[in-house]
Amino acid sequence: MGDMKRNGARATLVLDGERLAFAEGETIYEVADRHGRDIPALCYDPRLEPFGGCRLCVVEVEGQRNPVASCATRAEAGMVVRSRTARLEERRRTLVEMVASENRDARVDPLHGYASQEMGALLDRYDARPGRFRGARSGQSRIDDDNPFIGRDYDNCISCYRCVRVCAEQEGDYAISVANRGFSTQIVTEFDGLLKDSACTFCGQCVQTCPTGALADLKALANRDVPGETKTTRTICTYCGVGCSVDVMSRGDKIVGVLPAMDGPANEGALCVKGQFAYDFVHHRDRLATPFVRDRETGELRPASWDKALDRAAEGLGKVVAEHGRHAVYGVASGRAPHEAAYMMQRFIRAGLGTNHIDNCSRA
Amino acid sequence: MSNPLADMEKADVMFCIGTNMTECHPVAATRLKKAIARGARMIVADPRRVPLADLAHVHLPIRVGSDVPLLLAMAHVIVRDGLADEKFMAERTRGGEAFLRHVEPLTCEWASEICEVPARDIEAAAQMYGRASRGAIYYTLGITEHICGVDNVRSLCNLALLTGNFGREGTGVNPMRGQNNIQGAGDSGAIPNNYPGFQPVVDPAAQAKFRQAYGRETDLEEGMTKVTALELAGDRIRAMIVDGENTVVSDPDRNHCEHALKSLDFLVVIDLFMTETAQMADVVFPATAWAETDGVCANTERRVQRLRAAVPPPGEAKPDWWIVSRLAERMGWEGFGFQSAKEVFNELCRLSPTYQGLDWDRIEHGEYHWPVPHADHPGTPRLHEGEFENGRGIFSLTEYRDPAETISDEYPVWLTTGRRLPSYHTRTQTGRSAGIDYLAAEEALEVHPADVAGWGLEDGGWAEMRSPRGNVRIKVRATDRSPMGTVFASFSFDDVPVNVLTGGGYDPATLTAELKVCPVAVHPAAAGEPGTGG
Repeated sequence: MGDMKRNGARATLVLDGERLAFAEGETIYEVADRHGRDIPALCYDPRLEPFGGCRLCVVEVEGQRNPVASCATRAEAGMVVRSRTARLEERRRTLVEMVASENRDARVDPLHGYASQEMGALLDRYDARPGRFRGARSGQSRIDDDNPFIGRDYDNCISCYRCVRVCAEQEGDYAISVANRGFSTQIVTEFDGLLKDSACTFCGQCVQTCPTGALADLKALANRDVPGETKTTRTICTYCGVGCSVDVMSRGDKIVGVLPAMDGPANEGALCVKGQFAYDFVHHRDRLATPFVRDRETGELRPASWDKALDRAAEGLGKVVAEHGRHAVYGVASGRAPHEAAYMMQRFIRAGLGTNHIDNCSRA
Repeated sequence: MSNPLADMEKADVMFCIGTNMTECHPVAATRLKKAIARGARMIVADPRRVPLADLAHVHLPIRVGSDVPLLLAMAHVIVRDGLADEKFMAERTRGGEAFLRHVEPLTCEWASEICEVPARDIEAAAQMYGRASRGAIYYTLGITEHICGVDNVRSLCNLALLTGNFGREGTGVNPMRGQNNIQGAGDSGAIPNNYPGFQPVVDPAAQAKFRQAYGRETDLEEGMTKVTALELAGDRIRAMIVDGENTVVSDPDRNHCEHALKSLDFLVVIDLFMTETAQMADVVFPATAWAETDGVCANTERRVQRLRAAVPPPGEAKPDWWIVSRLAERMGWEGFGFQSAKEVFNELCRLSPTYQGLDWDRIEHGEYHWPVPHADHPGTPRLHEGEFENGRGIFSLTEYRDPAETISDEYPVWLTTGRRLPSYHTRTQTGRSAGIDYLAAEEALEVHPADVAGWGLEDGGWAEMRSPRGNVRIKVRATDRSPMGTVFASFSFDDVPVNVLTGGGYDPATLTAELKVCPVAVHPAAAGEPGTGG
């Protein structure tokens, strides 16, 4: 990095014949990624420390005898890098075939999780033959884990350790780690038990970073037979005040799952068990689908039309105002509803009744 | 928060007090964990050994309700050891001299007696925070839900003012807001003392502005708080319209609250479900839920973000703003012809100085933190840079007060309440989401193992817990996360209505209930069902 930034100029390297600027500290992979070059990888998650395990992102650097892992190699001024030579591509094809051959399923339903299509996409890109290397397989699925959120189908695990690393680096929970070596490699909790008996908080981050679908969002997967195209809608989680961005997956009228938004400003891809998994209250049979009005004779709440319910509410409030004055009516807004709800409630009280008898639930 | 969430990774000392962040704001807590992994240090003050305390370099398990003496003694050490930022105090604060005199006699030994933690730990925490180049304070309802909640917050501000930890990256005094849009409810003016944008209702200029905007005269004095309104229900308050709040389960002193709502002439509730509160209403309106509603919310760092509908609502459910607008029209009032959330939000922006520079289209990507005073303004991720809003930061001479109720022979145990990771509030939503019961199917009272033995309880057995306001039956869980003499339960489960017990007092300034402190008696009970009675 001798001449880097000496005169305030940005350092550059040459990638596949094109000169690209980079910032100090960036890896070759990050420079390439930022410029829209698609270097393949399976063990890479931009939020995590480089791992260099899958060797798919290797590139040739002029002056170096062997290819280097671009995710773990810092960019240096004047570097000449080649990412798409025939030799590299053939090597990648073989690597993809080797990891895929160990798995029971090379392709999985996208509802498994955010990154679950990465392996399948590489098979397509390299026209790879997933059955090329027949023989030993690694990973024992934990079908005994009865948790309702995270499927642990390790027959489809490729030991990229993204789940272990996201749990440690992103969540700080250290609930899972790696046991054994070679074909016996297995992702385990402490004492090799169930997730619920470990430090796991069921945030689902391991599921969302898994590139093969070995880990699956079981709630989303339960919706795989819901007809229709999956649509995603960017919104904000409905629980605490952190304001995590999520992409709601829906088919027709039904929410089929939630994906963390990797570019969400407050969460940067992180979620917790509530944001990730506690969304289906929206479709619960207890949801009110019509107004209710208390029957004057039986005293019971009965379904009513909007027209009738609005009339009844206006009549009831109007009567109180007439008999006890406008200060006898009080409004409570919600800290769970949007701005427009709270604004309209205070407008109702202030512009309608001319009082300041309005509050929200922040004191409880 | 005075500072953005991203700043949580930039402090070198974090002081977390009264916040069970890994359970209540889990994603924010991941940032603290990252900071610690990079070498930052953390002080946790909480009566319980909350999971955050396991990561702390100093844990101060103070007695419930003893935050003020802890914070005063920490200030004492900071001054004594020459760790105060005199330049910051001279340039940006007021009342510093009186404050220095105020804390001069308030030693760690004095605080130790009240807080029931060793003086040397208080000293170590004070020195750690006092020596930080970037010290950040985080707190939640463990600070505010006390009769001295305001004093607690002011005492925290004192520490930050004393050490110059305001207006810079990785510093600040940062409340973690508990609900997805509790910040926005205040921003939007749903409070009795302020118009939208925190414009005081007693300010003549604000009065004139809203008189013109709303086309009518509005009271020149502040309204009453919800707490007072419930007190006066059936008396001066005869009708309520409640949006999205399960008041009878979430509020303190449940029996009182139920009685209050029952004594109204008329109650209108807007909600997703037929909650315990909705069941008491005369009219219930069905609202659209999250993922069915277009709108806006503001998070704990004042970031204004868009909510978008992904699916249609069930049946005839409608957005809250639509319901209230149509009701206003039925009341015969003019000016409520709103037809879209966008129209409503844009009116709010026009009338609010903190949102003046925003509108529906501008918040598409959620990059703005209010205040955004004009359209060319980049937003304000960090408050108090350069100067405080009202000029100088003012020291407060806070003093210790006992909680509203203290332990006695009859009620010898401190109960403190809170939340758990998988359950949210009264479980109207998490309780209706598949799988959550796998993680938290029932409530249990957390009792120190020595107390379990000493009180004749059994781990997994039953207890009866009594306060002056009522009693509940609850299962017992032995855990050293509770200190001896203090027990913990969440208020999430309707079959264990812990808020039957709470509600001994309120902060005189904010009327926030003292939900974090409630003396109780705990006795073994025969096996049976959870509940209340007797």
